[in-house]
Amino acid sequence: MNDKTARRPKAKHQRLALVVLAIVALVAAAVIATWALRNQASYFYVPSQIVKDPPAPGRAVRLGGMVEKGSIVTENDGVTINFVVGDGDARVPVRYSGIVPDLFIEDSGVVAEGRMQANGTFLADKLLAKHDENYVPRELQAMTAAQKKAAVAETTQ
Amino acid sequence: MIAELGLAALWMAAALAALQLAAGFLAARQDDAEIAILVRPAAVVQGVLCAFAFAMLVWLFARTDLSVKLVAMNSHSDKPLVFKLAGAWGNHEGSMLLWVTVMSAAGALIALVERRLPDRTMQATLAAQGFVALGFYAFLLFSSNPFERLPIPALEGNGLNPLLQDIGLAFHPPTLYLGYVGLSVAFSFAVGALLTRQVTPDFARAMRPWVLGAWIFLTVGITAGSYWAYYELGWGGWWFWDPVENASLMPWLAATALLHSASVLAARDALRAWTIMLGVVAFSMSMVGTFLVRSGILTSVHAFAVDPERGTFILVLLAIYIGGALAVFGLRAGSVAEGGKFEAVSREGALVINNVLLSAILGVVLLGTLYPLLTEAMGVRVSVGPPYFDPVGAIFVVPMLLVMLVGPLLRWRQDRLARVRRSAIIGMVAVLAGLLLAIALGAGVLPTLGIALGAGLAVASVLPLKGRRLRRVPLATRGMVTAHLGIAVALLGMASESAFSEERLAAIKVGQQASVGPWQVTLAAVDPVAGPNWTALEGVMLASYDGGAPIELHPQARSFWSPPQETTESALATRWNGQLYAVLGKAADGERWQVRLWWKPFVTLIWYGGLLVALGGLLALLGRVRDDLRRRYVTRKAAERREAAA
Repeated sequence: MNDKTARRPKAKHQRLALVVLAIVALVAAAVIATWALRNQASYFYVPSQIVKDPPAPGRAVRLGGMVEKGSIVTENDGVTINFVVGDGDARVPVRYSGIVPDLFIEDSGVVAEGRMQANGTFLADKLLAKHDENYVPRELQAMTAAQKKAAVAETTQ
Repeated sequence: MIAELGLAALWMAAALAALQLAAGFLAARQDDAEIAILVRPAAVVQGVLCAFAFAMLVWLFARTDLSVKLVAMNSHSDKPLVFKLAGAWGNHEGSMLLWVTVMSAAGALIALVERRLPDRTMQATLAAQGFVALGFYAFLLFSSNPFERLPIPALEGNGLNPLLQDIGLAFHPPTLYLGYVGLSVAFSFAVGALLTRQVTPDFARAMRPWVLGAWIFLTVGITAGSYWAYYELGWGGWWFWDPVENASLMPWLAATALLHSASVLAARDALRAWTIMLGVVAFSMSMVGTFLVRSGILTSVHAFAVDPERGTFILVLLAIYIGGALAVFGLRAGSVAEGGKFEAVSREGALVINNVLLSAILGVVLLGTLYPLLTEAMGVRVSVGPPYFDPVGAIFVVPMLLVMLVGPLLRWRQDRLARVRRSAIIGMVAVLAGLLLAIALGAGVLPTLGIALGAGLAVASVLPLKGRRLRRVPLATRGMVTAHLGIAVALLGMASESAFSEERLAAIKVGQQASVGPWQVTLAAVDPVAGPNWTALEGVMLASYDGGAPIELHPQARSFWSPPQETTESALATRWNGQLYAVLGKAADGERWQVRLWWKPFVTLIWYGGLLVALGGLLALLGRVRDDLRRRYVTRKAAERREAAA
């Protein structure tokens, strides 16, 4: 680069400099975002996946399945419940402290947000159940469809 | 009959949009086209017809005309009148009609008042506006007709989702739509300017009030939506990084960037191509938001694939508008002459950094919102939440806030950091004070950063007023100061809520007490109560702050019967230094009731900050409009004087 172009690069190539700056920032954002998404996105599990290949304890995940009949037990404090989520193949014990959603009942679908503990219990921070006839959490919707498919497969063969 | 009138008005409005597009396009291509006189009247009449169609729909809902499918699906004769009216836009078809109504009203308004731009640019702008509107008319008429009749009238309606039966929410969607659609005007201005190669400061000045207006409505809409989610969902949170929330945040980020780059273009004739680009991006984000919310894709990618008509329609519109605009941009951007130059250390330089970082934040939010949709399409279900958005967003928010400390103090074109050294030191002292305070109180990493930067920005934001007589400061500058102060206030609220909230969950008998933070809360009674379309269990709680006089709270667990659904009505006790948030749960066993209590110090600052930001926008808008009117008055007087002299 000779002296002439080096002296006034800013004035001459300001637009280029701006474009480069914008692209660098956006690429940085995209790279950081993609990296973080691969590492931190909380994955959705069904019980058989949890049993087969459990997520690291403490990692935020979602667990979806059916609340097993007769499994809901309320502890003495009146706000902590223990129940079992199953998908027909595997069962995962879940512990939750809080006010349960209105349509959280046995033999019905639930999505629990939380983390696995070292002892194999899933500690839930939040429970999502069917809100009403129209609104169903998106994981649950596919869940029941998958179960329907499984049921059809079982009865037709 | 009313429905048919509405539908006819909608068809005529669509025809006028087509006329506006054709006439505007022809007029923009050649200077002396006689057809040009049609463009402005077409825009005005189209706005009137569309408003008429919307009024007809509201009337149908007011009368609960159950022979109309949309009314039968979404209303109920028992509903209070205000929610019957709100039901008109609390559903897919009605809200899309509202979208188009606001859009055509905005088109009518620019046709009536905007006289600053060259005629041909104006014609091209209105043609672009007609083009965008036409797509939405097609969407309404072919796949989402709000006036469709039922073959046999229904006996009773289905009702409105009880979560939506809330006065705040009734006016939330219209507010956001005003914001979304205001950005469509910015888009049309950008396309018009690009087509006629008139990317001038005048273009930025013409566009700016629209961006400001849209931005104010988006700010108010996001703030109100956040408060609604806070008290209505009963989860105690105020922002969930839900895709629907992100759908309103992304246009806001883009509009914020556009607002700042438009001021550079208006004041200094720099950042021409960049401003055009942001105009396109801002409206794209409105469209993406509409697509996310309206296509059903959020429920499930698969649900979208099952009933793809509407989603595909919006997606195609999105592709046509954005693809078209980007193509025009690609073809023309090279021929937009480079604007005014500036040094790196200058007001422009700071605003460029603001723009680039805002765009980066926008990219982070967009990727985080779309990622679950992409992976689900490939068969892996993923949810992305605060563990992603909070730290990754912070990487770009923190440097942006640091630049905000000094940016407004810099001079246009060229400045030295040494000149603003004293102010920068004052700001940094405030940052350090906040940092020490947060560490002393034991806040986490992100809240500590929030408190430090919030304190610094609160001080730095008012420094541009230093040494000036307040009464002589222009309204626009006061607006900027107010908005920046609002960001600081909201930031302090967010940090305090996240660092110092206390929660108490207990099952107590009537007469027993639970405490959270400085509050003692006694459950005095649980009574059944009834409303117009719901029954509820209502708790009577006596809350006393630090042993003071008790305040009575009435949290409810409501059951609606049409549609059957239960909602939690939290009860709030607001003090200057925070809020007590109380929720009544279920009966734990024979005698005990579940209660959930939160003490959230300074949480209200979040929404006061949001309102300050909107107020700042309003001050700036008033300032700009007043200057504009004054300029028009002066030029008219000058013209009259010249005539009198001649």
